[in-house]
Parts: sequence; structure tokens; C-alpha cells
Amino acid sequence: MSDNVTSKQLLDHYARKVYADAAEAKAAGRPVGWSTAIVPQEFFETMDLPLVYPENHSAVISARKRALGFLERAEGYGYHADVCGYMRVNFGYLLDGARGDDDVPPAPVPDFVVCCNNYCTMIVKWYENLAKELGVPLFMIDMPYNPEGAVDEARVRYIRAQFDRLVGQLEDLTGRSFDRERFREVMEISRENARLWKQAFALVGHVPSPANGFDFYNYLTLMVFMRGRAETTEVLRLWIREMEGKIARGEGPFRDAEEKYRIMFDGIACWPQLAHTAKVFRSYGINITGSNYPDGWAVQYETGDLDGMARAYASVCNNMSLERAVEKRVEIIRQGRCDGAVYHMNRSCKVMDFTTYEVQRRVFAETGAPYITFDGDQADPRVFVAAQFDTRVQALVEMMESRKEAER
Amino acid sequence: MSGEKRIRAILAGLAVVAARPGEAAQRLTREKGKPLVGVLPYYAPEEIAHAAGMLPVGVWGGTADASMAGHYFPPFACPLVKSALDLALRGVYDGLAAMIVPALCESLTFFGQNFRAARPDIPFVPVVHPQNRRTPEGVAYLRAEYEKVRDRLAEIAGREVTAADLDRAIGIFNDHRRAMRAFLEEAPRHPSLVSPRVRHAVAKSAYYMDKADHAALVGELTGLLKSLPEESGAGKRVVVTGIMAEPEGLLDLFEEVGLEIAADDLAQESRAFRTDVPDGGDPLERLARRWSLVEGCSLAFDPGKERNRILLDLVRNSGARGLVVLMMQFCDPEEMDYPLYRKEFDAAGVPVLHLEVEPRMSLEQARTRLQSFAEMI
Ligand code: SF4
Ligand code: SF4
Repeated sequence: MSDNVTSKQLLDHYARKVYADAAEAKAAGRPVGWSTAIVPQEFFETMDLPLVYPENHSAVISARKRALGFLERAEGYGYHADVCGYMRVNFGYLLDGARGDDDVPPAPVPDFVVCCNNYCTMIVKWYENLAKELGVPLFMIDMPYNPEGAVDEARVRYIRAQFDRLVGQLEDLTGRSFDRERFREVMEISRENARLWKQAFALVGHVPSPANGFDFYNYLTLMVFMRGRAETTEVLRLWIREMEGKIARGEGPFRDAEEKYRIMFDGIACWPQLAHTAKVFRSYGINITGSNYPDGWAVQYETGDLDGMARAYASVCNNMSLERAVEKRVEIIRQGRCDGAVYHMNRSCKVMDFTTYEVQRRVFAETGAPYITFDGDQADPRVFVAAQFDTRVQALVEMMESRKEAER
Repeated sequence: MSGEKRIRAILAGLAVVAARPGEAAQRLTREKGKPLVGVLPYYAPEEIAHAAGMLPVGVWGGTADASMAGHYFPPFACPLVKSALDLALRGVYDGLAAMIVPALCESLTFFGQNFRAARPDIPFVPVVHPQNRRTPEGVAYLRAEYEKVRDRLAEIAGREVTAADLDRAIGIFNDHRRAMRAFLEEAPRHPSLVSPRVRHAVAKSAYYMDKADHAALVGELTGLLKSLPEESGAGKRVVVTGIMAEPEGLLDLFEEVGLEIAADDLAQESRAFRTDVPDGGDPLERLARRWSLVEGCSLAFDPGKERNRILLDLVRNSGARGLVVLMMQFCDPEEMDYPLYRKEFDAAGVPVLHLEVEPRMSLEQARTRLQSFAEMI
């Protein structure tokens, strides 16, 4: 790579490469796994087992406007349109023969699947079905929901015991022993990447922000696929340097427009209508300077501390109480200096939506930042109604404007 | 009283309980002089509440109008939790000593959070079951969850809950489950006495009565039924699966179109009574080991999808001609199991009818679909 390559170029390079690498591993006869998105990847990275992330795969397919065919295929097979769009795209892809093309990354059919339910309960059913339909082993890493406070000791013990079990399972799968030295290295890299991810986040607190908030959803590919790799460290450092440069030069997120309003975007991106939502935001000078979603991948623990690692993975925001969900969002709004908030009602993602109403009331009471909600979906293009989105964003702009007026 | 008369009297009594669970629960607490504890589905350790001197009662929703719940839940939460929350907001659960809420699906998990936000005055007792439920670490973890439940309930009840209390409660609940299984096995032999609606009422009433009292009545009922000759049965037998056989009126349609229930695989009915608490040792651990033994349920981690086989066997062994799926609207766990068992049923040539159920469903449409299914099988 030449010296003046940008972080975005590197990101695009790796986003393609992760799929190509998995396909290559598969072709070479190495076992390839499919995994949920916030899995303790450290174990797999240590064993040099490539993982593909179906949620990312479905998101890419949805953003490239190819979801509908797969959704219909899965629905024809009996999957209800009310259940997770990512899941339906994934089964549609399998039913279609798991073939890649220009828009659809070539995710090879897995030899094993890994499920960690630290942000979603439905996903356990998804992985049960994958294991059964494909006849492959399922490694279940259970991280029970935390309805009240922090992750308690019984949970930590339970998760730790599962880590030990997993190591044995991976040794059996590969016929190789688990290299503790290498594991430490991977933990160290992962820790550094989580730290950089947080640091990148903090930079959007600058006014104007050096980043366009949807960038986080894009760079997320690295955090999902390559959180335990040095290449990610390299890209994140470069991205941070680029952002610091923009801050020094006083440059905002848009080339052609001023950043007039800053918002928190709650939920998964509405991938099928990403272009429309981004365009409407930009037309008002709205920038996303905070989101609960990418934050899920900032998994922070000390190298070598397996209890800490268990606790960190088990405290992903979706796995925590309503109070914690509120605190987190208040923090994000303050850090991103957000003027308002947009809540995406992801129609087929229940975990993202079932406490949204109470959360937004409480977050509003704490921050005074006006908010709107719009209906969309992470994968299914049939849910979003442009007119609803457009009018609600307009209403938000009016509310943010009058709040600014009042403060002037 | 003749056998048949007594049977009718028992069934009528249970039908009243099932039709008005709220009133039944109020009567129960008055008569027994013990506080009520609300229990959301599924696999909650009700025995602990019983051991603490409380009366566990089921919370399964049941209103068609859940408009108040819309303050918390978006429209696409399942009707069970929407209506349960609605009832909580309308004050129906006022006076409960606690609410025990498992977290086996998103709807329940966030019912718990919304309930706690909406009704901070009613003690919230969560319990989060493990997915890796058959490993020693899974059992140990669940035991620790149950220990928390025990300590909370003991504190609320203002008394100690001893191992002997727990053992006694486990005995009562196991006896009750056995009584229910015996009844459900006997019921299909007497379709004219035990119609689908009546059968459901016997199961549902269990949630609003003292377990020992219910077991005694159901035991008597089964004994009396056994003394009667088996009816030849003019109807066609089916198995029903899903969460629960409601709304009201749905089961009458079965009778109307000539469908008899050979067996059920409903979470509110047979699945709740299928698995006993195993013998031996520490009572909290035994309770936790019950969860390891659960089989064939959409809520219990099942990587081999044993449910497919269990359901198919149930249809075959009960002499049913087909399966009626009562699919609760917006129920992820059940909706996710459906395509896979459907595939096996299709391959085996066993007819399946899929009916989406929700409180305001059109019974007209359901009648038409059940009618043609009954004609086809
Ligand atoms: S339901 Fe939501 S959290 Fe779960 S896999 Fe789908 S998009 Fe992800
Ligand atoms: S299992 Fe289904 S019906 Fe039961 S609470 Fe969960 S979503 Fe609702």
C-alpha cells in the first residue's frame, strides 16, 4: 500500500478481503465458522479459525438493495416476515445456494457456527436452525441478560466455565492445542482496538465533528470481523489521525454543507434506505455524532483478565437493564454534543425496540434533547416510508431550532 | 352423585376458574389467607413462591384491548406481554406480593423492564435461565438465580424458606404435574364430556388454584373418567401446538368442525406439565435440573431440534391425523421453530394447518380454515 492511502480505502480493502479470505480458507479445506456479531473472537483468532458474520453479510446485501429476493425466499420457506430481517436474508442466501456475486459477498457455507447471545435472544433460534439445517456443530456461549445491575459473580463463573469448555471444543475441532501466549497477544490487540474505537468516538464530540456518523457503521466492519488483528489497529490509528487533521483544519463532516445540527442515531442503520436517510440528514445539515450501536463493539478489559473479559462481553448495552440503556444514551448525547435524537424503530429487531419508548422519555427528561422515532428495518426494504421519515426529520429540525433559539 | 354428574360438576367448577382467572385468584387469596405472586411464563420456579407461603398465579395476558401498553411496547410485541402489561397498568395486579418474570424471549425480557418502570410498587423478581442448561456450569448458574429468587421472596414474605419447605413444595408440584399428565392422557377417550374448550379449562385453571387442591380435583376427575367406557369418537383427532389455545372461542370452532384434541404441545398446557423436578439432593439444585430435562420446547435451547421429532412422534402416537399450529402473533421463538418442523411434517406426509392467533383475530376466517382442514384430513 502506498503512503497516501486513506483509512477509507483500507477499510474497503479489508471489507472485501475478509470474505475472500474466508472463501479461500474454505477452498483450502480449513474449517470456517459463522458467528454472531459480538462474540469473544479472541478464542477463534488464537486458533486461527476464520469467522464470517452473517449479520454483517445481510447488512451489506441490504445496503446494496439486494435483500428483497432473499427475504422472499426465506418467507416462502416458512420464516415469518415479523422475525429479524438479517436472519431472513441469511436463510434466503443459503436457500439460494450461497452464491456470491458483485453485490453479494461470497460467504462460504460454514463448518461450524458460534452463537453468543449477549445482545439478542432471538439469535439463539437463528443459530439452532443453522446448526440443524447445515448439520454442523454449534458452539453456544451463553451470556444471560442482566435485568438489574452489573454482571453478577454467578454469571461470571458461568461464562468463564463456558470459555474453558470452548477451548476444549476448538482443540477437538482443529486437533491443535490452544496457544496461551498467542491468546494473550490477541487479547492485547483486541484491547488496543477497543480503546482506539472509543477514542475515535470521542473525537466526534468536536464541533464541527470530523466524522459523518454513518462512518461508524461502516468502520464497524473492522470491529466485527477483525477486532483481534493488528491490521485494524493500523486502520483505526490512521482514521484517528485523519480526523485529528480535520479538527486542526476546522473541517466538518460534509464537503458541501455545514454541520448545523448534531444528533444521536439510535438503533441499527436503516440499510435498505441508507442513501435516502443520509441525504435527508445532509439536506438539513444534520450530522450523526453519537450512536448506541457501534458502541457495542468497544469491549474493554485488561489483557489476561478472563473474568474481566467475561464481564465486558456480558455487559454489551442490549444485555443490560433499562436504566443502563438510559445512562448510556445520556452519555452519548453529552459526548457527541447532540442537539436531538432519532430513534430507529427497527421493525423486525425486537431487542432494539421494546424499551425504546421509556428510554426516550427518560433520556429526554435528562438531556432536554428533542427526539423523533421513525419506522424502518435493518434489512427489509418494505417497512420504511419516506414521507414519514421526511416529515419527522423536518419536525425534529424545527424542535432543535426552537431549542437553539431559546438558548441564544 | 353419579360419576358422570360429578364429572360435570368438577368440569363446571374448573371452567369458571378458567373463564375468570382474576376473580379466582382473589377468591384463592381470601380463602387461603396467603399473598398472591404473579408468575410470567415459562419454567419459572413457582415452587419457591409456594415454599415461601405464597400462592403463585399465572400471568398470561388475556385482554383484547392492550392500548395502554402502547405507552411502553411498540405494536409488534406479542399479545401476551402487551396485554399483561396493560393489565398491570390498569391495576389488575395491584396487591400482588411480587411478580416473577423469566426472560426466555425478547418479549419477556423487556416486559420485565417495562413492568419495573411502570409499576415500581410491585416487587420485580427476575429470573434468567441459561441456554447451556445441561452442563454443570449451567445448572450451577441457574441454582444461583433461584437462590436469589428464594432470598427475595423470603424477604418479602418475612420468613425463612428452608430446604424442607422447598422439598415439600416440589412434592406438591410434581404430584400436580403427574395428575395433569394422567388427565390429559385420559381426556381424548371422552370427547363428548371433555370438549377442546373444557380440556383447555382444566389445564388453565391450574394457574389460578392451589396446586394441591387442583391436583386432588383433577385426580378425582381422571379416576371417574377412567371408570367410564371409552367413546368411539365421531370427530377427527389432531394435535395442537403453540403457546396457548386462546382467544376465547377459538376452541369452540374445533368442536364445531368436528376436530378433537388427541394431545397438545402448548406451552401453557402439556409443555408445562411434561417435566418433573428430579429427585435427590439440594432442592434448589433439583429445581435447576428440571430445566436440563425439558425437551421439545421453543423456549429451551435445542441445537439438535429434537422438537421436530418429538412433535411428529406426538402426532403419530396419539392417533392424530394432523397438526394444528396456533401461532401466537409476533412470537419469535415459535415462529423460528415452525419452518423446520413443518419441513419434517411435509416430508412425512402429515397435514399441518398454520393459524396465526391474536386476541382480535377473525374467528370467521379461522372457522373456514379449520373447516377445510377437517375435511381434508
Ligand atoms: S433481531 Fe436484532 S439484534 Fe437480533 S440478530 Fe436481528 S438485527 Fe441483530
Ligand atoms: S414466547 Fe412468544 S408468546 Fe411467549 S412471551 Fe415470548 S414472544 Fe410472547
